[in-house]
Amino acid sequence: MKDTKVIELEEVTIRFSGDSGDGMQLTGTLFSDATALYGNDISTFPDYPSEIRAPQGTVGGVSGFQVQLGDKRITTPGDYAHVLIAMNPAAVKANASFMDPGGTIIFDVDSFNEKNFEKANFKTNDPFKECNLEDYTKIAVPITSLTKESLAEFALDNKSVLRSKNMFALGLVCWMFGRPLDYIENFIKTKFAKNSTVVQANLKVLHAGYNYGMNMQHETPQYLVHPATIEKGTYRNISGNKATAWGFIAAAEKSGRELFCGSYPITPATDILQALAERKDLGVKTFQAEDEIAGICTAIGAAFAGDLAITTTSGPGFALKSEALGLAVMAELPLVVVNVQRGGPSTGLPTKTEQSDLLQTLYGRNGESPVVVVAASTPSDCFYYAYISAKIALERMVPVVLLTDGFLGNGSEPWRVPSMDELPPIVPRIAKNAATFKAYKRDENILAREWAFPGMDGFQHRIGGLEKNQEGGVSHDPQTHQKNCETRAAKVERVVDLVPDIEIFGDPDGGDLLVVGWGGTYGHTISAVREAREQGKSVSLAHFNFIKPLPKNTAEVFSKFKKIVVCELNLGQFVSYLRDKMPEFTYHQENKVQGLPFTVLELTEKFDELLEK
Amino acid sequence: MTEYIYTAKDFKSSSEVRWCPGCGDYAIMNAVQRTMAEMGVPHEEFAVISGIGCSSRFPYYMSTFGFHSIHGRATAIATGVKSANPKLNVWVITGDGDAMAIGGNHFIHMVRRNIDLNVIIFNNKIYGLTKGQYSPTTDRGFITKTSPFGTIEDPFLPGQLALGARGTFFARAVDSNVKHTQEVLKDAAAHKGTSVVEVLQNCVIFNDGIHDAIADPKFRAERQLFLKHGEPMIFGEENDKGIIWTKEGLKVAKIGENGITKDDILVHNAKTPDLSIHMALINMAFPDFPVAMGVIRSVDTLVYDQEMERQIKDVQAKRKVTCMDELLNSGNIWKVEGERATESVSFFKKNT
Repeated sequence: MKDTKVIELEEVTIRFSGDSGDGMQLTGTLFSDATALYGNDISTFPDYPSEIRAPQGTVGGVSGFQVQLGDKRITTPGDYAHVLIAMNPAAVKANASFMDPGGTIIFDVDSFNEKNFEKANFKTNDPFKECNLEDYTKIAVPITSLTKESLAEFALDNKSVLRSKNMFALGLVCWMFGRPLDYIENFIKTKFAKNSTVVQANLKVLHAGYNYGMNMQHETPQYLVHPATIEKGTYRNISGNKATAWGFIAAAEKSGRELFCGSYPITPATDILQALAERKDLGVKTFQAEDEIAGICTAIGAAFAGDLAITTTSGPGFALKSEALGLAVMAELPLVVVNVQRGGPSTGLPTKTEQSDLLQTLYGRNGESPVVVVAASTPSDCFYYAYISAKIALERMVPVVLLTDGFLGNGSEPWRVPSMDELPPIVPRIAKNAATFKAYKRDENILAREWAFPGMDGFQHRIGGLEKNQEGGVSHDPQTHQKNCETRAAKVERVVDLVPDIEIFGDPDGGDLLVVGWGGTYGHTISAVREAREQGKSVSLAHFNFIKPLPKNTAEVFSKFKKIVVCELNLGQFVSYLRDKMPEFTYHQENKVQGLPFTVLELTEKFDELLEK
Repeated sequence: MTEYIYTAKDFKSSSEVRWCPGCGDYAIMNAVQRTMAEMGVPHEEFAVISGIGCSSRFPYYMSTFGFHSIHGRATAIATGVKSANPKLNVWVITGDGDAMAIGGNHFIHMVRRNIDLNVIIFNNKIYGLTKGQYSPTTDRGFITKTSPFGTIEDPFLPGQLALGARGTFFARAVDSNVKHTQEVLKDAAAHKGTSVVEVLQNCVIFNDGIHDAIADPKFRAERQLFLKHGEPMIFGEENDKGIIWTKEGLKVAKIGENGITKDDILVHNAKTPDLSIHMALINMAFPDFPVAMGVIRSVDTLVYDQEMERQIKDVQAKRKVTCMDELLNSGNIWKVEGERATESVSFFKKNT
């Protein structure tokens, strides 16, 4: 046996890439799950086109799935791939600029033919040269022909055979990274339980790929990434969208209210509705509405009737919900709207991530229409921020907008699951005394009204979208309107007592540079700040999950640093909000709108530039 | 068993009613309040939901739970109310603009789902609250402020739209005929599923007399056909006219003429699932026909809110996961313990 090349790494980034019909998302997901079970920390990034099946072989049709794994806390899916699995030439072209120098490319040599070079718009027959990838390790594997060969004994049509190619690639990569196959085998057996031929075929190809790696080890490197040291407990892999859905189910259980979700399918938010629709066992009511407006309006109706009501959407859908969200503000009903942000404006980049709906969320309604704005920052903490959003809505009788994004929603990471005991109580403001009840009588501290719903004898009242008096009756009195506008704004501001202080990662007493981020960029901002600090630089991080109201110590934290840079995936929305709220500080900006997350490198370069000035 | 006996007065709120004097809405509200009083439903289980328009101020004048929402969305909001709590008795107050124009999409999908709501469309063929623009039910050629040379579009017939959307219940009434409206509302309330009631309503200010040719009591007998399930379709001052089915479709015939006897007159079957005769009845228009009043269609089938409850019950009867802790610990989970494990800290301890 020849020497195996074993590369020991603390962390490694792998990208699976092929045609959108090649099953790369499944391959990536299965590899990630097996990796998490093995004990590595991981972070994933599915990156796919908005066309379900874009023209085969073209660069536009390339679907990718990136995962970073490591023996310590992993907070991003990695800037650049160390290992690329390319199922066709288009995948090489699409990913050339996302490769780590000196990385390894495993490619299906069978698909590297003239026809596919042409489809991918290569001018020559050497795609690697054209993409300046000559110095990379390239491993040509005849994936298609070996898949065909290993399935020769099965009476499968050509299409079904080709569909199994991804299992060969998966088996090979599992060997390279020393991942046991049992989890994937079980998945295949369960998924295709009704068709034993498909199960046998997939298992056969999976093992063929694994064995190929073992037999060809003189040319296939093997990577050794030790399990991570992490908190003890029970873990599962969870995506941001599923975590969001589950956070609401947990909030419903804790608050004793039934959960209602009115929603209209929209990328990349649909998974939340789907995850909730699966949970009829826990009494979750899902309503697939005829449009975005009905999504929020049914939720508003359910909130009026006493449910924990939510609606889920993405940017364009959020725009359609604006008028109804204003109704929830005026009627003062508990409601959570989830906006899984994507690239805009208009239809924009449906499958790509962005943070450009912040100003729409804060200001995009007619009238003085304040809402609470919360943003999750990792796939798994979507659970907690969904939970907190529900808590705020139910305890303060106010609409809350929870912002996540495509990167968080589709991305996944291992998560130590909490027990319900760990979660704080949620006490909805349900009215108790019919004799003194008035629809808009408020608690004088938190300014929230009480919640009474149809079926509660003695609490009959009317609410609506018109300006109102304390009983809920219509009032166009000038002074009443002024007072109510101010009260609704103050009510949102007083939510601050449920908002934890912003913490400084880095120098608690201040330093040269404070990096400010919010929402889904956390993985990248924390990684970049860590890296800068390891190099001895005075760089700290304040990453925001509460946008409105801001944590009360925000100005105090800002005042401790010589420079502040606000990093966000838009052209400067949070920074303009901060300039409005706290004009006494000078804010630098790092902005990106490419439909992609930051890279750690982009951020650290910006930090260096600001530190040198 | 508690009996819930009320009078119409128990359903009036203390708010001053601000419709124009002589507005048809007063009569419709009377009919609604009288109907509710007799239903035997606890007062607190009524919810009245409206959109925007003159009629949509309705909930403020009722003493029940009420929600005056936004333009066109009452049907969607009411759908949410009923889904959240199917025990409630939910009424939707809407108009020809609210339901047929801006709320058209919600209207057809509410009807298609057959959720158990009672929907009253106040049809006055005009936008009243915005002071006199044409609506989706305004007749072609009609002159309004936004059609000074007459409209160049055909109107919706609410009944056609409801049946086209698989409606299970459709009825028609005239505002001033309170007694008949009340009968129709009683049937609408009893029907399980979406009950759509079109009330021909008179806007005294912007479209006064628009329904007079049909609705005026002095023409009632000759120009309205009061349908009753199981009874022949007979009308006229002398009860001597009826509807017959011919090769060319429906026709008005006089009993005793051309050999027509009472046995030739169609008998109304509101309960047949077949849409064709119901659609033909909805389409009958003055002056060729009397206008069909009463319950035109009332068909029992699966009801959305009941199905939603049933599905949850069925799944729960066989469930493996009974609470959140079990869900969190289900499926592909793994334990981290031993050497490479550190103490765990709750998210809320770290972040508060």
